[in-house]
Amino acid sequence: MSAAPVVIIDGGGANVASLSFALERLGRTAVLTTDHDRIRQASHVILPGVGAAGAAMARLAGAGLDRLIPTLTQPVLGICLGMQLLYEASEEDDVHCLGVIPGVARRFTPAPDRPVPHMGWNRIQPLAAADLLAGIAPGSHCYFVHSYALPVTAATIATASYGRAFAAVAQERNFLATQFHPERSGRTGAAILANFLNRY
Amino acid sequence: MGDILELARRYRDQGADELVFYDITASPEGRTVDRSWIHRVAAVLDIPFCVAGGIRSVADAEAILHHGADKISVNTPALANPALIGELARRFGSQCVVVGIDSQAQDGGYRVHQNTGDPARSGESGRDTIAWVREVQERGAGEIVLNCMNQDGVRRGYDIGQLRLVRGICNVPLIASGGAGAAEHFASVFREARVDGALAASVFHTGTIDIGELKRYLQGQAVEVRS
Repeated sequence: MSAAPVVIIDGGGANVASLSFALERLGRTAVLTTDHDRIRQASHVILPGVGAAGAAMARLAGAGLDRLIPTLTQPVLGICLGMQLLYEASEEDDVHCLGVIPGVARRFTPAPDRPVPHMGWNRIQPLAAADLLAGIAPGSHCYFVHSYALPVTAATIATASYGRAFAAVAQERNFLATQFHPERSGRTGAAILANFLNRY
Repeated sequence: MGDILELARRYRDQGADELVFYDITASPEGRTVDRSWIHRVAAVLDIPFCVAGGIRSVADAEAILHHGADKISVNTPALANPALIGELARRFGSQCVVVGIDSQAQDGGYRVHQNTGDPARSGESGRDTIAWVREVQERGAGEIVLNCMNQDGVRRGYDIGQLRLVRGICNVPLIASGGAGAAEHFASVFREARVDGALAASVFHTGTIDIGELKRYLQGQAVEVRS
């Protein structure tokens, strides 16, 4: 057991309960905070996110976290909107984000058989061997809820497709990100969270 | 109530893709779903969790989401106050807001019913199903669960005709409810009504259908399911 706690950055989102429960099922207790010292001392940092990119960046900036997060050296995992915030910018609210990973989040185009938000189970295809995806079979299903998505770039380690291919999982140095919700993605999601906690 | 957690674990382990917790007597009894259960069920689930039952305000919804639900579903309270759908969507996002519709065939069309958890208070709401499906989408519903009452509880199959009609005007995920009695019913509703999901209760509760076996059957029928 690791002594330093896991920290979930408190971005003011309504719901981190399912994420906390998922970490508890893996034997780890998470602390929800915006405190800079506690975040710096964490073994692992998770940046969740629900809602709109503009409001989320404003809340991070209000707590000085827009400057702190890019300087973190321990493993950091951005989930869903938290993934998009790690990139340079989002088309949503036309907002500058944390700039840790190159790329811009762009909105999906709705089609008759493809409503936006993209909501539900979809398959992911790993592109490269990465510890975060150890043991995850190609085509495993994960649970997605999003209207904006990141392009497939050098940082992408797994893709998914919804009208176009997009980055489902990314890694840039110690910064990891999943567009889907691992805490609601069954055994696949639990395995990815366990990889994040145990292999990084 | 003691077996709710056991059921939640069983469905999770069998491979259910989502769990919906309906407190169907909450609306007719004028109360909100019991929150202590939401917390305990959410703690064991690693799949999406939707909660329904007497959610009348943004504050009700916020408390339920805070207890670990991922989505909230409104039915009778949305009929009484349609603006609630937009208020919930603006606060939590459309992806969080499911509208449940209890619909019954009547005079060659379909009518929406309310307070269906209590036979004594249940009744026609005065709304046409097709018009209501359009309205809830305009107001911000992110998903619709259509419960076809003529089929509900009789296990003779989903109401394919009604679901096809609604599918034609529904641009958000549509979940079929009411009538599942056998594995073939699931295959036909996915193929013929092109719904995004199929909901069932009694056949799973009683063990008539095992979710793992059902998914293997559907895979054999070339219906894409999460394995």
